Amino acid sequence: MKRRDIIKGGLMLMATSTLASIYKPACSKTFVGGSGLWKAEPPPPLMVVDSSRLVYLTEAEAKLVGAVFDVLIPHDELGIGATEAGCVTFLDHQLAGPYGAAAKDYRLGPVVEGLPQQGPQSIATPAELYRTGLVELRHAAQAKFGKSFLDLSEDQKIDFMKGIETGDIPFETLKSNEFFSMLLQNVREGYLADPMYGGNRDMTGWKLIGFPGAIYDYRDWMVSQRGKKIDVEPVSLLSRA
Amino acid sequence: MNYKRPKADVVIIGLGWSGSTMAEELTRAGLNVVAIERGAWRDTTTSFPTTRNPDELSGSVRKDILQAPVTETYTVRNKANQTALPLRKFNNLTLGNNVGGAGTHWAGASWRWQAFDHQPYTRVMERYGAKQLVDGLILQDWGVTYDDLEPFYDRFEKIAGTSGTAGVINGAKQPGGNPFEGSRTSLYPTPALERTRANLLFSEAATRLGYHPFPVPSAMIGAPYTNALGLNLAPCTYCGYCQLYGCGNWSKSSPNICILPVLMQRPNFTVVTESEVIRINTTPDKKMATGVTFVDSNGNIGEQPADIVITATFTLDNTRLLLLSGISMPYDFASGQGVVGRGFTFQTLSWGFMFFENEYLNPFMNTGALATQIDDFNGDNFDHTGMGFIGGAGIQSLCNQGLPIGMAGLVPEGSPQWGKGWKQAFQKGYQNYAQIQGQGTNFAHREQFLDLDPTYKDRFGQPLLRITFDYNENDRRSGRFVRDKCVEIAREMGARQVWGDSFPDRPYSGYRLWDSSHVQGGVVMGEDPKTSVQNRYQQNWDIPNLFVIGASSFPNNAGYNPTIVVGATTLWTAKAIRDLYLRNPGPLVRV
Ligand SMILES: Cc1cc2nc3c(=O)[nH]c(=O)nc-3n(C[C@H](O)[C@H](O)[C@H](O)COP(=O)(O)OP(=O)(O)OC[C@H]3O[C@@H](n4cnc5c(N)ncnc54)[C@H](O)[C@@H]3O)c2cc1C
Ligand code: SF4
Repeated sequence: MKRRDIIKGGLMLMATSTLASIYKPACSKTFVGGSGLWKAEPPPPLMVVDSSRLVYLTEAEAKLVGAVFDVLIPHDELGIGATEAGCVTFLDHQLAGPYGAAAKDYRLGPVVEGLPQQGPQSIATPAELYRTGLVELRHAAQAKFGKSFLDLSEDQKIDFMKGIETGDIPFETLKSNEFFSMLLQNVREGYLADPMYGGNRDMTGWKLIGFPGAIYDYRDWMVSQRGKKIDVEPVSLLSRA
Repeated sequence: MNYKRPKADVVIIGLGWSGSTMAEELTRAGLNVVAIERGAWRDTTTSFPTTRNPDELSGSVRKDILQAPVTETYTVRNKANQTALPLRKFNNLTLGNNVGGAGTHWAGASWRWQAFDHQPYTRVMERYGAKQLVDGLILQDWGVTYDDLEPFYDRFEKIAGTSGTAGVINGAKQPGGNPFEGSRTSLYPTPALERTRANLLFSEAATRLGYHPFPVPSAMIGAPYTNALGLNLAPCTYCGYCQLYGCGNWSKSSPNICILPVLMQRPNFTVVTESEVIRINTTPDKKMATGVTFVDSNGNIGEQPADIVITATFTLDNTRLLLLSGISMPYDFASGQGVVGRGFTFQTLSWGFMFFENEYLNPFMNTGALATQIDDFNGDNFDHTGMGFIGGAGIQSLCNQGLPIGMAGLVPEGSPQWGKGWKQAFQKGYQNYAQIQGQGTNFAHREQFLDLDPTYKDRFGQPLLRITFDYNENDRRSGRFVRDKCVEIAREMGARQVWGDSFPDRPYSGYRLWDSSHVQGGVVMGEDPKTSVQNRYQQNWDIPNLFVIGASSFPNNAGYNPTIVVGATTLWTAKAIRDLYLRNPGPLVRV
C-alpha cells in the first residue's frame, strides 16, 4: 500500500556509528538507527471475554450488582437492560484485571483526606470497593426496608438508589455517593464499550444512540450526510477479529 | 548492574515532539545523538492498527497508552499555605509515556502564536501601561519574536503537514482564514478539513454577530502530503478516535509518522527506551553538564556522558529534572527570588454548552481538533481599555468527541443521569449536544509555581514535583468575559438550551471534566537571568551546554495550544546550536 510505503530513500548516512560499542540492557531496549530493528510490541490481541463463569465476583455479588445495574439501565421499549446486555460479565472481568487492581494509580502514602478539588485520596482498589460496597448496600437496604434489595419493588429500588446517589443513605466504611458514581460509570462502560469486553450485547448501547461503532473512515459521509440521520448497522471490533 | 555507556556528542532526554525534532536536526548536522526515553517504542503500523484502535474503553476511558500515575505523578494545591496531595488517578494532565510522547495521542490543534504572545510585556506597556495588570501578575517578553520565529514555524508546519486556511500571507489578508494571525510566508501545507454541521452553525452565527470565523489549523492531514523530511502522510478519515489515541492512518502529525522513520535510518542516532533519567550530571562547580544518569526497566543504573545535554521531557519533568539536579536557583515563593519553577502557567477555559431540539449532529464523525474559531477576543486583538484584564481566548466550536462512554453524562439540564429517563435523554442528547470552548490565556503570577514536594516520592524514592496553582484575578475577569461571548454565540446558533461556565469561578482542580492538559513555564526563556532560567536560545544561563526545550520555556500561555510553538522554538534552538554553539561552545548571549 502506498501510504505504508513511507520511507523515501536517498538519506545521507553519517560516519560515526555507536553500533559496535552498545551495551544492551535486557529489558529496556536500545535501537540504533539504520539497524532496521525498531519494531514495537503489538497491542494485546482481540479477545472476547468468557461469560460462562465468574472470575472475580461471587454468585451473590453478581446477582446483587446485576439488580442494581438494572435500576441504573433498565429494560424498556428502547432496549434491553444492563444485565441482559452483559454488564455484570463486563464488570466481573474488569475487576479481575488491571482496572480492578488500580494497577495504574499512585498508591504510595501518606494517605490524607484533602480538599474536594484535590481528588480521591483513598488507595482502596475498585475490586476491594465492590467487595465492601456491596455488603454495605445489602445492609443498608435490609436496615431500611427489612428485606433484601433483590425483593424490593421497582419504585423502592429507585428510591433507595436515589438515596445512595445523594449520600442520604450512608454507608459505614465508604461514602455511599462515591460508590454510586463508580457503579454508574461502570454500568455505562459495560453498556457502551465494544462487545468484546462482555457487555453491549448486540451493540444495544450503540443502537440506542445511533453510534456506528468501530468504523474508521467517514470521509464519504462528512459532507453528504452532514446534518442527516444515518442509518447504519454498527460494527464491533469483533467483526474484525 | 550499573553501567556507563560510551560518550555521545549529545544526549536528549525524552523523545516526544521536541526531542525528536532536535534529534533530527542534530543528527543531520553529523552529531552522534543518544536519546533516553522513559516509555516504550511505538510505531504506527504495529501499535495502532486500525483493526484494534477504535476501542473507547482502552483509549479514552482506561487511557492505556498514557503516562500512568504509578509511573510518575504530581502533587497539587491551590495556595502556598495548603498541603499538596498527589494526583492518584488519571487526571487532566494525560501525559505521554512512549516514543512520540504526548505527540502520539494529542488532539492536534496546530497554532502559531501571535506576535503579542511572544512579547506581552512590551505590547501591554505600550498600549495600556502597568495599570492594566492585576496584582502579582508577571509579564515578560520571550527574547524571541514572532518575526524571528516565522521561518521556523514555517518549517515545522512542513514537517507536520499542518492543515488549514491561510488568513494573512506576506501581510495581505486572505478570504476564509484568520484575519488576526501573524503574517505567513506560505500557505498551510495541506488544506483545511471539511466542517461539521455544528461548525457551520457556529460560523453562520459568528458571522451574523460581526465576528470572523475560520477553520482551526490542525494536525489532521488535509490531503496526501510528502513532508519536509520526505515522509508520506495520508488524509484524515474523521474516525473520531483521535485525542488520547494514536492514529492508525498516518493522518495525525506525530513524531512517530513525521520524524522517527527518518531518524531511525541514521546510524548516528540511538534511542534507549524504557529508561528514566533521574538526574542531569554536572561538574562539581556546576559550570558544565557532563551527561545524565538513568534507571532502566531492570532497575540498573546507567550513565550516558555527553558534550551537550538537551532536556525534552515536557514542562513538568523538565522543571523537576533541574530541581532534582540542583541546577539554577529554585524559585522561592516567600522572597520571590530564584527562577526554576517560576512562571508556571495553565490554561483558562470557559464554555458555552448547548442542546438543540431536532438536529443530527452526528458527533462521531470528528477529529481531535475539528473546530471553527473566532480570534476577535483572543490575545490583544481587541481593546482592553477599562476591562481590568489582559488576554482573552480563542472561541471555538469544537467537535472532538462522539464516543458513547464519554458522552453518556451529556444530557440536557434537568434530565436524569440513570434509569428510563436517562435512556431517553441520552438518545436525544447524543445527536443534539454541541459546545463552544473558550481556550483562554493564563499569565504567570507570583503565586503560581513548581517546586519539589516535601513529602511524596516517586517509585525510585525521588521527590514528586509539586504544583501550586489557582486561577488569578486576571483569569477570573477574562474567563467571565469569554464565557459570555460563548453563550452569546450559542444562543445565536439557535440552540434550545444554553448555559455557560467559566472555570476560574471555582478553584483549580486536576480532575475537572473538559479541562485542558496544557502546562507551561518553570524553565522560562528570557532576556534577564534574574527572571529566566535560560536565554533566548533556550540555553541555560549558568551551564552553556544545557538546553531545556519545550513549553517549559514559555513565560506565559496564550489563547491557543502550545505544540507548534514547541516545534518552532526547538528548530530555532537547533539552528543556534548548529550555527553558533558548535563553532564556539559557550554562552550565546552575554549579560
Ligand atoms: C491529551 C492532550 C491533547 C493535546 N492537544 C494538543 C493540541 O490540540 N494542540 C497542541 O498544540 N498541543 C496539544 N497538546 C500538547 C502537546 O501534546 C505537547 O505540547 C507536546 O506533546 C509536547 O512535546 P514534548 O516533546 O515537549 O513533550 P512530550 O510529548 O510530553 O514528550 C516528552 C517525553 O519525555 C519522556 N520523559 C519524561 N520524563 C522523562 C525522564 N525523566 N526520562 C526519560 N524520558 C522522560 C516522556 O515519556 C515523553 O515521551 C496536547 C496534550 C495532551 C496531553
Ligand atoms: S480523526 Fe483523523 S487524524 Fe485523528 S485518528 Fe482519526 S484518521 Fe487519524
